[in-house]
Amino acid sequence: MHRTKVRIVEDALDANDTIARANRADFDRAGVTVVNLMSAPGAGKTALLERVAGDVPGARVGVLEGDVQGSMDAERLAALHVPVTQLNTEPSFGGECHLDANMVRSALDALPLQEIDLLVIENVGNLVCPAEFKVGEDVRVMVSSVTEGEDKPLKYPLMFRTCDLVLVNKIDLLPHLDYDLDRFLYNLDQVNPGAQRLLVSARTGDGIEAWRQWLADLAARTGERALL
Amino acid sequence: MHELSLSGAVLNTVVKHAGERRVIVVSLRVGRLRQVVPGTLAFYFAFVARGTVCEGARLELQVVEVSLRCDACEKSWEIELPAFRCPTCGGAEVAVASGNEFMVESIEVEEAECIARK
Repeated sequence: MHRTKVRIVEDALDANDTIARANRADFDRAGVTVVNLMSAPGAGKTALLERVAGDVPGARVGVLEGDVQGSMDAERLAALHVPVTQLNTEPSFGGECHLDANMVRSALDALPLQEIDLLVIENVGNLVCPAEFKVGEDVRVMVSSVTEGEDKPLKYPLMFRTCDLVLVNKIDLLPHLDYDLDRFLYNLDQVNPGAQRLLVSARTGDGIEAWRQWLADLAARTGERALL
Repeated sequence: MHELSLSGAVLNTVVKHAGERRVIVVSLRVGRLRQVVPGTLAFYFAFVARGTVCEGARLELQVVEVSLRCDACEKSWEIELPAFRCPTCGGAEVAVASGNEFMVESIEVEEAECIARK
C-alpha cells in the first residue's frame, strides 16, 4: 500500500447547488416564482403566511411546509384553502434541521405547480443551517421578531446576508421590550447593506398590506421575465 | 451547530472522489464567513464517516480570512466583524473576495500496490 494525494478543489456544497439549479429550472418552466422563507423557531413565519397566502393580488400561492416533525403548520394554512404540501425531514438522518435541495426535489411531484404562480417554501425554524443550503428559490425572505434581540444580524451574518427581504415581526410588542429598533436596523445594514425590510405584526395586521404587495410585485416581476 | 450538516456535505464530496480507496487525510479551506468551529466539524465528520472509506480520516482545516472589495471606490480591506459597508465611501455594493470558501482542496488516499503480471 502507498499513499497518494488527490487534488480536488471542489465546493463541498456543489452537489446541493446542482440539485437546487435543477429545481429552479423546473420551477421556471412551470412559471412559478419561489420564496425560501426562513427564521428562528417561533418568529412568526406561519402566522405571516396565514395573513397573506389566500390573497396575493394576481398570484395564486402554494406553500411547501418544512418541519422536522408534524403537520400543525400545514393544517393552519390548509384551513385558508391554500394548497399546502408537507415535507418532514424526520425520516432522514436524525431529523434534519433544514431543508436541502434534494428534499425539495423529492416533493416536486406532490406540488401542484400548474395551479400556482408563487410557491413559498417555509423552511425549518433555524438561523444557521438553512442559510447554507439553496433549495431552488428565486428570493430569500427571513423573519426576525423583535423578541429575539437587536444583535441577531451580527450573530448570524450568513443568514442575514443572504436574504433579499427581512420582515421585522411582532412590532406590537415594542412598547413592552427594551429592544432598540434603530440599533437592529443599523446592525442589519452593516451585515447586509441596503437590505429591504418591512416592519410588521402578524397579530395586529400592521404592515401586512406592504408584505402582501411585496409578494404581488415579486410574482409580477418574475412573470414578466418568463414572458421575455 | 451547522457543522453536522456541513460534515455530511464534505463526506459526500470526498467519497465521490475516493471511490473504493481508504481516505487518510481530508484537506479543507474554510472561509471565516462560514462560521465553522473546526473542532466541532472534525467531531461530526468522524461521526458521519463511520462505516465509509473516510472512517478514521484526519480533517485538516485551513481558515481563510475575510477580504472585501468595494465596487464603487475599488478599495479592498479585511474585516474581523461582520460589517460589510465600505469604510471609505459608505458604499453598499461590496463583493466578498475571500472568506466564503467551503472547499475540499485535496485528499490523501491509500492505493493498493499494482501487482504486475507477466
